Amino acid sequence: MDAFTTHTGTAAPLRRSAVDTDQIIPAEYLKRITRTGFEDGLFVAWRTNEPDFVLNQPEYADASILVAGPDFGTGSSREHANWALLDGGFRVVISSRFADIFRNNSTKSGLLTVVLPQAEVEALWAAVEADPATPVTVDLRAKEVSYGSTTVPFEIDDYVRWRLLEGLDDVGLTEKHVDDIEAFEAQRPAWLPRALPAV
Amino acid sequence: MPKTLAEKVYEAHVVRSTPGEPDLLYIDLHLVHEVTSPQAFDGLRAAGRTVRRPDLTMATEDHNVPTLDILAPIADPVSRAQVDALRANAKEFGIRLAPMGDRDQGIVHVIGPQLGLTQPGMTIVCGDSHTSTHGAFGALAFGIGTSEVEHVLATQTLPQYRPKQMSVTVDGELAPGVSAKDIILAVIARIGTNGAAGHVIEYRGSAIQALSMEARMTICNMSIEAGAKAGLIAPDQTTFDFLQGRPHAPRGADWDAAVAHWSTLRTDEGAVFDSEVVLDASTLTPFVTWGTNPGQGLPLSERVPDPADIADEGERRAAEQALAYMGLTPGTPLTEIEVDTVFLGSCTNGRIEDLRVAAELLRGKRVDAGTRMLVVPGSVGVKSQAEAEGLDKVFLEAGAEWRGAGCSMCLGMNPDQLKPGERSASTSNRNFQGRQGKGGRTHLVSPSVAAATALTGRLTAPADLIGA
Repeated sequence: MDAFTTHTGTAAPLRRSAVDTDQIIPAEYLKRITRTGFEDGLFVAWRTNEPDFVLNQPEYADASILVAGPDFGTGSSREHANWALLDGGFRVVISSRFADIFRNNSTKSGLLTVVLPQAEVEALWAAVEADPATPVTVDLRAKEVSYGSTTVPFEIDDYVRWRLLEGLDDVGLTEKHVDDIEAFEAQRPAWLPRALPAV
Repeated sequence: MPKTLAEKVYEAHVVRSTPGEPDLLYIDLHLVHEVTSPQAFDGLRAAGRTVRRPDLTMATEDHNVPTLDILAPIADPVSRAQVDALRANAKEFGIRLAPMGDRDQGIVHVIGPQLGLTQPGMTIVCGDSHTSTHGAFGALAFGIGTSEVEHVLATQTLPQYRPKQMSVTVDGELAPGVSAKDIILAVIARIGTNGAAGHVIEYRGSAIQALSMEARMTICNMSIEAGAKAGLIAPDQTTFDFLQGRPHAPRGADWDAAVAHWSTLRTDEGAVFDSEVVLDASTLTPFVTWGTNPGQGLPLSERVPDPADIADEGERRAAEQALAYMGLTPGTPLTEIEVDTVFLGSCTNGRIEDLRVAAELLRGKRVDAGTRMLVVPGSVGVKSQAEAEGLDKVFLEAGAEWRGAGCSMCLGMNPDQLKPGERSASTSNRNFQGRQGKGGRTHLVSPSVAAATALTGRLTAPADLIGA
């Protein structure tokens, strides 16, 4: 995945709570077997059916930071939701609370999720609604979101932050511990099930 | 220090633990399906990696599969390409696959328990959020994304952080016609669609202990709809009886050793949960969702809520958006909502017991003339058993459709979909906008409410059929 250090762009205010991954990308768009090209499914129902949907408004069309209501990314484990946001030009999603699997997938795909208190989300909504061209900077090194004269700190797990800053692949990191894995496997009870051979 | 069941299972699988890093957790069983795996296998190929433990990996075709003409090639070329990719990957990497037409094919969360591959105390993952289903056996089972699928294929482990612990205690006795689905819908309505984020839920109490394995799976299945990492239930005699004799269950001395270990898998007296929820089963009645997330539910005897009564601005806006999408008017009795379609199936309620309950209500009666009812068994095994019991005839004689096994209308990746504006009563797990087809409107219900609704064409509790 691409490393993430700092990103500056404009932000789109998505004033909805509990945005589930079926809204981010519906199931019919999950049939592709590639890892890219999912932008056509991104929020497709809202983009199609709701003329006033935020991403249908020209001033937010180029936004690269999505500022969403609480409980963003609930539902399905589809990492396609993260890929669709990335393919759709987003590098950061800000919310006061994320669903676990979505947030975890983000750390693997290089989409940064930033948790801010709901009051800070509201303030950011107000700022980018007042002026959609407001540049917003998300600095992972400094752990800060800044826009206008406002700077808001955010928390992120140090290990996750390090991996994102370096753009590191988990599998490669784990493979360094293959001895530990082998030792663990040697003491697993023999009665544990195996799928092979088929019974 | 006293420990919870989930902590015990977690700790028994830690391969490596270092301060400042996530723990490395060993995975006992990796279930794979066609939708979330192709990019993971591509990743392995690109890096020249193999599958570390093909013998701990099991694949099936479920999300895309048609439920009619199941032996013909899949008509949708994109679905077919995805299924073909799984077949090629399973062959290349030496993984067991239960393809369409195979006796072991079915929804991944139905076949694991059916084959006896799901056992107490295991860690189980799958690129599917309803992996929490397997927690019914006292396993720590959770959904993962495609990058993690690749990680497990390559290393049979996952970097993990210790989850928080939540207990949901349900004591008391369920009234007739009230089921596990009503318990879990009530729990989700109580804590919200992401209310258990960061937590593993342990379901406890006399009402949980009284449930069959099928019913426990229904409850654990929907843990994710409350945002939980996983949901589990301590294994007991009900669990052991379900498992004994299944194809991959231990036998002989192995069985005795396994049961001895499984019997230790319970939360210690005095173990501390980070949060606790208590429910009285005897107060529960059939539950139904009115909105567009599983937390927007009410007893079926209630009315469509009025957003104006909701104090919190965000929740009020969410309710307004949900009612607009659902085409519902505040104050309407939920039992007056008419449906076009009833869907009985899914990893939540597509097991034999679910079909039996619905068939009993339908026996000798006719599905409402304006309503179509789709019955989709969760697996080929469930289908065969239902046919052996004559349930297929009950459904067909009532005017319902009897289909092949798969995920079907739970998420409409196959041709089984709602049309725009159509409304369903569905035994599945998600009422998200468009989940069952573009513009479709979903009310989540139990199998018995689904059957009662099919008979009347409007949301109906089984108890209300008496004298109808």
